[in-house]
Amino acid sequence: MAGAAAAGGSVRSDTYASVRNWLLLPSWAGLAIFVLAPVAMMLVYSFLTKEFRGGVIWEFTLAAYDQFFFDRGLFGDEPAKIEWTYILIFWRSIWQAGLATLLALLIGFPTAYFIATRPAHTRTVWVFLITIPYWVNLLIRTVSMKFLLRDQGPLNDFLLWTGLIDDPVRIINTNAAVQIGLFYSYLPFMVLPIYASVERYNFALSEAAADLYADKWTTLRRIVIPSVRPGIVAGCILVFVPSLGAFLAPDLLGGARNFMIGSLIEEQFKGNAGNWPFGAAASMILLTLVLIILVFLARQQARAEREAAP
Amino acid sequence: MHIFAKTAATAVALTLGAASASAEGKLVIYHWFEYIPQELLDKFTAETGIEVTMDTYDSNEAMLASLKAGGMGTYDVAVPGDYMVAIMIGEGMLDEVGDGELKNKGNIAPEWADPSFDPGWKHSIPYQWGSTSFMVDTAVYDGDIDTTDILFDPPAALSGKINMLDSQGEVLAMAALHLGIPQCSSDREQLKAMNDMLQNAKTHWASFNSDTAKEVLVSGDAAVGQIYDGFGAKARAERGSLKYAFPTQGYVAWMDNVVLLKDAPNRDSAIAFMDFLLMPENIAAVSNYARYGSGLSGVGEYLDPELASLPESNPPASAGPAVFIEVCDEATQAVYDQIWTNVKK
Repeated sequence: MAGAAAAGGSVRSDTYASVRNWLLLPSWAGLAIFVLAPVAMMLVYSFLTKEFRGGVIWEFTLAAYDQFFFDRGLFGDEPAKIEWTYILIFWRSIWQAGLATLLALLIGFPTAYFIATRPAHTRTVWVFLITIPYWVNLLIRTVSMKFLLRDQGPLNDFLLWTGLIDDPVRIINTNAAVQIGLFYSYLPFMVLPIYASVERYNFALSEAAADLYADKWTTLRRIVIPSVRPGIVAGCILVFVPSLGAFLAPDLLGGARNFMIGSLIEEQFKGNAGNWPFGAAASMILLTLVLIILVFLARQQARAEREAAP
Repeated sequence: MHIFAKTAATAVALTLGAASASAEGKLVIYHWFEYIPQELLDKFTAETGIEVTMDTYDSNEAMLASLKAGGMGTYDVAVPGDYMVAIMIGEGMLDEVGDGELKNKGNIAPEWADPSFDPGWKHSIPYQWGSTSFMVDTAVYDGDIDTTDILFDPPAALSGKINMLDSQGEVLAMAALHLGIPQCSSDREQLKAMNDMLQNAKTHWASFNSDTAKEVLVSGDAAVGQIYDGFGAKARAERGSLKYAFPTQGYVAWMDNVVLLKDAPNRDSAIAFMDFLLMPENIAAVSNYARYGSGLSGVGEYLDPELASLPESNPPASAGPAVFIEVCDEATQAVYDQIWTNVKK
């Protein structure tokens, strides 16, 4: 069997070897133009000298990274200390994105599990229902959320009406509003991959666990979650990464009082600062952070699979 | 329907253009969002046969960045604010309008004959002018509002209910007026004082929103909000308790201007468009739409009569000076950037 497959493979490669590289060319070119070139450009720009009011001068310097990590006072002539400002901004963004991911997981996992355990012919309807709100543009959904959460909005009106509160709860322009916005924006990215995993899960395993006197919680923890782990990891990545760079929710719901990574970078290009190399450097640091997190998760995943293998 | 109307207008325009056989062409405008009525563009097309394409931006700095990142040679005209005109001249991004090229240049009002940002109007023409100050919801606070303390050292009733524009220029210019120091001061003590003052002031601020500056006031999310005068007039129409302040310390004045960009692909069309906007009748249509002043003489008879009595554009005698935002040199701008980052960190 294996020999036949290998033989089949070699026949195919003989036939197509001459054209295969040519057929792959559009994909490689697409990757090079739309992924590699922009990142390479950013990398180069982050090491160039900034030009006043935007643009770069083609002289090598580490000034952008220096600005990120070292504080030389308001006038730039004091002895260097560690600069906490940008680290704080990054930390705040990571914290926000992490909380949003956790929230999405707590709501998304049971939702996905629920959908996957419905009769086969109704599942598509449930999935369809999950995706409906996402046919609307993200900006519009975020603004709508703002209408819902505001001091004199429906949510507060309802809470006042029930008598649970006497004064409107301040949600808008707080971190909680940002959490809610991010969670709402990216929830389907959590539900769909987990659903795909749970759907493939063999529920006979749960029955077997029950037969061996595992309670429901143990079954979930020891059997279900390890089995659908790839879906959970994929969902977390898909929610965490866009949340990290998001600026719509922080700006519209959080009131833009504090820079997030996304708005800090935007300010370097679109704001008064006009400091392109610094914007590029901040982007590179963000990219590096995300890569480190992804590599870490990928290794965890690989280890889990090795351990799971007989 | 709208598309049909547009197509019909273009068809008419093309026929007219073919008839005169000379003025046909294209014009590519880079403009602020919601700042010119579509009917006026249609009228321009009908009169000249020139087809108009327009892209929009939401801040002077965003426009500069996009032009610098490869937008030059794409657009014929843009509409930067006063200080941005000076910056763009300095960067060599503007073409010069020759003497006599604009037939209607004489319509510019005498008080605007020689603006500091483009002496002699060599690269630009006036579009709209107005002020940036702030509005207060008098239902929430009924004390004196004509002071910058409302923004930077507010009474307890307004603390935590203030929306600032998400724009370094507008906020720091107001801060300089509040402290009574010159804009773009290079004096270290003054810059430190401004940094410290803002660190305290920001604890009273609820949000930084520019595009929703009007909406947060109308909805009641904010009881105080920095806002442009024309935008403020629209806000008051929707929430009557809002009042536009003219602080005794002064407030920001601005003028947006149509500039001729260097390497304009349709320079002749651009000149025709600038001449078109120098006609009182046409610029009045913009004023009626945007609720700002025009900078031309002889506009009065075309204006919506309500505009003359708008409280937002008629400062009381107690009002401080209206000042343009100044352009800082590189060293001072670096400190300004640092102060702004400190405000938002």
